[in-house]
Amino acid sequence: MISLTIDGQVVEVEDGSTVLQAARKLEIQIPTLCTHKALLPYGACRVCLVEIEGSRGSWLETSCTFPAQEGLVVNTTSDRVLRTRKIVLELMLARCPEVEVVKELAAEMGLEDTRFPKKGEDCILCGLCVRVCGEKMNAGAVHFVNRGTGKAVEPPYDRHSAVCMACGACEVVCPTGCVDLSKITTHQPRPIPSEFDEGLSSRGSIYVPFAQAVPNTPVIDKDTCIRLLNGDCGACQAFCEADAIDYDQEDTIEEVDVGAVIVATGFKLFDSKLINRYGYGKFDNVLSAMEFERISHASGPTLGKVIMKDGRSPQAVAILHCIGSRDENYHEHCSRVCCMYSLKFAHLVKEKTDAEVYNLYIDMRAFGKGYEEFYKRVLGEGVHFIRGKAADVTDVSETPEEKGKLIVVAEDTLLGVTRRLPVDMVILSGALTPSPDSADVGRVFSLGCSQGGFFLERHPKLAPVDSMSDGIFLAGACQGPKDIPDSVAQGAAAAAGALSLIDKGKVVIEPITAEIIEDRCAGCQLCIANCPYAAIEYDKEKNISVVTEELCKGCGTCVAGCPSGAAHQKNFEDEQIFSEIEGILTGSEV
Amino acid sequence: MADQQFEPKIVGFLCRWCSYTGADLAGTSRMQYPPTLTGIRVMCSGRVDPTFVVKALKEGADGVLIAGCHPGDCHYSEGNYKAMRRHPMLANLLEQFGIERGRVRLEWISASEGELFAEVVTDFTEQLQELGPLNWNQRIEADCETV
Ligand SMILES: Cc1cc2nc3c(=O)[nH]c(=O)nc-3n(C[C@H](O)[C@H](O)[C@H](O)COP(=O)(O)OP(=O)(O)OC[C@H]3O[C@@H](n4cnc5c(N)ncnc54)[C@H](O)[C@@H]3O)c2cc1C
Ligand code: SF4
Ligand code: SF4
Ligand code: FES
Ligand code: FES
Repeated sequence: MISLTIDGQVVEVEDGSTVLQAARKLEIQIPTLCTHKALLPYGACRVCLVEIEGSRGSWLETSCTFPAQEGLVVNTTSDRVLRTRKIVLELMLARCPEVEVVKELAAEMGLEDTRFPKKGEDCILCGLCVRVCGEKMNAGAVHFVNRGTGKAVEPPYDRHSAVCMACGACEVVCPTGCVDLSKITTHQPRPIPSEFDEGLSSRGSIYVPFAQAVPNTPVIDKDTCIRLLNGDCGACQAFCEADAIDYDQEDTIEEVDVGAVIVATGFKLFDSKLINRYGYGKFDNVLSAMEFERISHASGPTLGKVIMKDGRSPQAVAILHCIGSRDENYHEHCSRVCCMYSLKFAHLVKEKTDAEVYNLYIDMRAFGKGYEEFYKRVLGEGVHFIRGKAADVTDVSETPEEKGKLIVVAEDTLLGVTRRLPVDMVILSGALTPSPDSADVGRVFSLGCSQGGFFLERHPKLAPVDSMSDGIFLAGACQGPKDIPDSVAQGAAAAAGALSLIDKGKVVIEPITAEIIEDRCAGCQLCIANCPYAAIEYDKEKNISVVTEELCKGCGTCVAGCPSGAAHQKNFEDEQIFSEIEGILTGSEV
Repeated sequence: MADQQFEPKIVGFLCRWCSYTGADLAGTSRMQYPPTLTGIRVMCSGRVDPTFVVKALKEGADGVLIAGCHPGDCHYSEGNYKAMRRHPMLANLLEQFGIERGRVRLEWISASEGELFAEVVTDFTEQLQELGPLNWNQRIEADCETV
C-alpha cells in the first residue's frame, strides 16, 4: 500500500493506482472526459489536472495518468489547477461549442463562452472509441489520423473498415454521441431485442431482465457477449466495483428436495401472426396486446407515450377483442381477462392521446368486482363500442379519408351494417392460451389437462387448487385464464395447502399398496418386470419377490399380472372387485 | 336384427386418474348417454386382471369397458401399456369361447374428455344392442357340449 496526501487528507491506495483513483477513494471530485474504468489511462482531455507539490516547487499533472507515490502531496483545487482547467475547457469549447458534456463542464467552471474562434466540431478527441475498439473489442477498426489541428478519428484510409464487427461499443463509450457507425462500416448493427419490451427496444449483452426481476441482478446473454464468444471485451468486469462478474460461471442444474410443489407456469399470449388477415407483423401499427402494454407503460420503450412507429400520436385507435379466443378455428374458450384489459387500453389511449377509440367486441364480459363500473366509466369517456368481431385489417383505401390509414372492417351486429373504420393504430387483444410446454410440465407432475389445454384441478368447486396428485398444487393462469386478483387468491390458497402438508412433516401413504404372499409366490419375477417404480425386489434366498411399501404407488399392475395370485393390492383386492361386480350385476340374467 | 328394447349391461373398469373423472365430468356437465354402464374404480387400467372381465361376463354383463389414460399419460407411466398388451390376448381367449371381440372394449379417455366418455358409452351400447344379450350360461354349455 501507498500512502499519499490529497487536499490535506491522507489516503492509502494499492500500488499501481493513479492519483485520480486515490482522490476518488477520498470522494474528492475531479472532472474527467477521457477516462473510462474499463480502459487504460490515456491523458487526452486534460480536464483532470491536479497540482503536485514537490520539494523544489509544484507542477501540473493529469491525475488519470499520474501514478500515486508514497508521500505524494496533491492539490486538486488550487488556483493554478482551476485556472488551467478553465483554459483547457475554453479551448475545448472553441473546438466543440455545441457539445453538451463540454458545455456542462464549462458551465460548472463558470464559463459561458469562449474567447477563441469556434470550430463547430463534435469530437473532443478523447480517444475512448479508439481504445475500446482496440483494447476491448480487439478489432482496431478506428484510429486517430493526422496531427495537430487536423487530428481526427477515422477508419484507416478514410474507407469503411473491413474489420469492424458493428458491435457499437464505440458508440456507447463516446461522451459526445458523435460516432456514426455507418461511416465506419457497411455492416448493419444488429440490436439485441429486449424480450421484456417485446422487441420494441434493445438491450445490452449484460442486462437486468426487467425492473422487478427476482433476483434483481444482471445476467449475461452468452449468445451475444463478446467476451464469452471470443474472449475480447470484458468491460463489465473492469467496471464492476463489487467484482461480481465471473465469466467462467456455467449453467448448473440444482436438485432441491421439496415436500410440495405449486405449479404456476401461467399462460402464453395468443400469437396474432396465426391469423394473417389482421395484418400483425405486416403493418407497423398493428400491435399485440403485450406490445401495447409495453408502449403504454412508463418504463417502456416510449416511456409511456402512446405513439406510432413513426413517432406520431395516433388520431384513431381500434382495439379488437377476442383475437384467437371464442373462435372455433383457434381456441373455443373465453379468455376472461381480455375484455377488461381492452377496456384498460381504451382508457389509457384516451388518457394519453386525443384519439378516437373503437372497441370491437363480441360480448362485453365485465365479470369481476368493480368491473362493470369501470366499463361504464370508459363508456363515459367517449370510447366507441361496436358489437361485432373485426373481420379484416387492410391498408387498401376506398375513399380519400381512408388514405394512409389502416382500415378495420367489421360487421356492426347492432346496426346490421358492415363498417369500415379508418384508424392509425390497431391493438389485437389476444387470447390467453396454455403454455406451449404444458404437456411436458404436466407429465413431470402427473397433471392432466382440461379441454383447451389448461391444467386440470381436482374438483372445479371443491378442490380448485389441488391437482390429482397429492402435494402438487395449481395456481394462476396455468389452470385457466384468470386475472391478477384471481391468480393471487389461488396462489395464496395453494401456498396454504402446501404449507399445511409441509407442517405435518410426514406424508400419509394411501393404503392401497401391493403385497406379495410369501407362500404363494413362485419367484417368477413377472411382477418385477411389471412394476413401473422398481418397487419390487427379488429375495434370492427365499426365491420370492418382495414389495417395498414406501416405493409402491399402488397402481396394481403387478397384481393383475401375477400368474400365481401371490400379489394382491390392499383395498383393491380381487375379492372386493369381484363383490363389486356381483353387486352391480345382481339380478341379471345369465 | 337389433332388439331396440334390449338394454345391455356394461361393467366399466375405470382408471381413477382419467376415465373415472371423465365419467364424473360427463355427469356434472349433464351429458346425455344411455344408463347402461356401471363403473368400478381401479387405480390404473394396469390393475384390470383379465379375470375381472371374465367374472363380469359370467355374472351377467353383456359387455365390459376398460378405460385408461391415453398412451404416455398413465399416472404410473406404463400401466396402460400393460393393459394394452393384455387386451388382445383376452379378446382372443374369449373368442375361442365364442364370445365376440366387440363385447370387451379398451378405450383411452382422459379426465377432461367427458364428451368422449358419453360417446363411447353410447356407441358401445349400440354395438351391444346389435350383438344382443350375451347369455353366458347357454353359450358356455353349448360350447362344452361340442367339445
Ligand atoms: C395483455 C394483457 C393484459 C393484462 N392486463 C391485466 C390487468 O390489467 N389486470 C389483471 O388483473 N390482469 C391482467 N392480465 C392477466 C394477467 O396477466 C394474468 O392474470 C397473470 O399474469 C397470471 O399470473 P400467473 O402468475 O398465473 O402467470 P404468468 O404471469 O404467465 O407467470 C407464469 C410464470 O411462470 C414462468 N414459467 C412458465 N413455464 C415455466 C416452466 N416450465 N418452468 C419455470 N417457469 C415457468 C413464466 O416465465 C412466467 O414468469 C392481462 C393479461 C394480458 C395478456
Ligand atoms: S463498432 Fe467497430 S469501430 Fe466501433 S468499437 Fe466496435 S469494432 Fe470498433
Ligand atoms: S402396485 Fe404398482 S407400484 Fe406397487 S409394487 Fe405393484 S406394480 Fe409396483
Ligand atoms: S480524464 Fe485525464 S486526461 Fe482526460
Ligand atoms: S393411471 Fe390411468 S391408465 Fe394408468
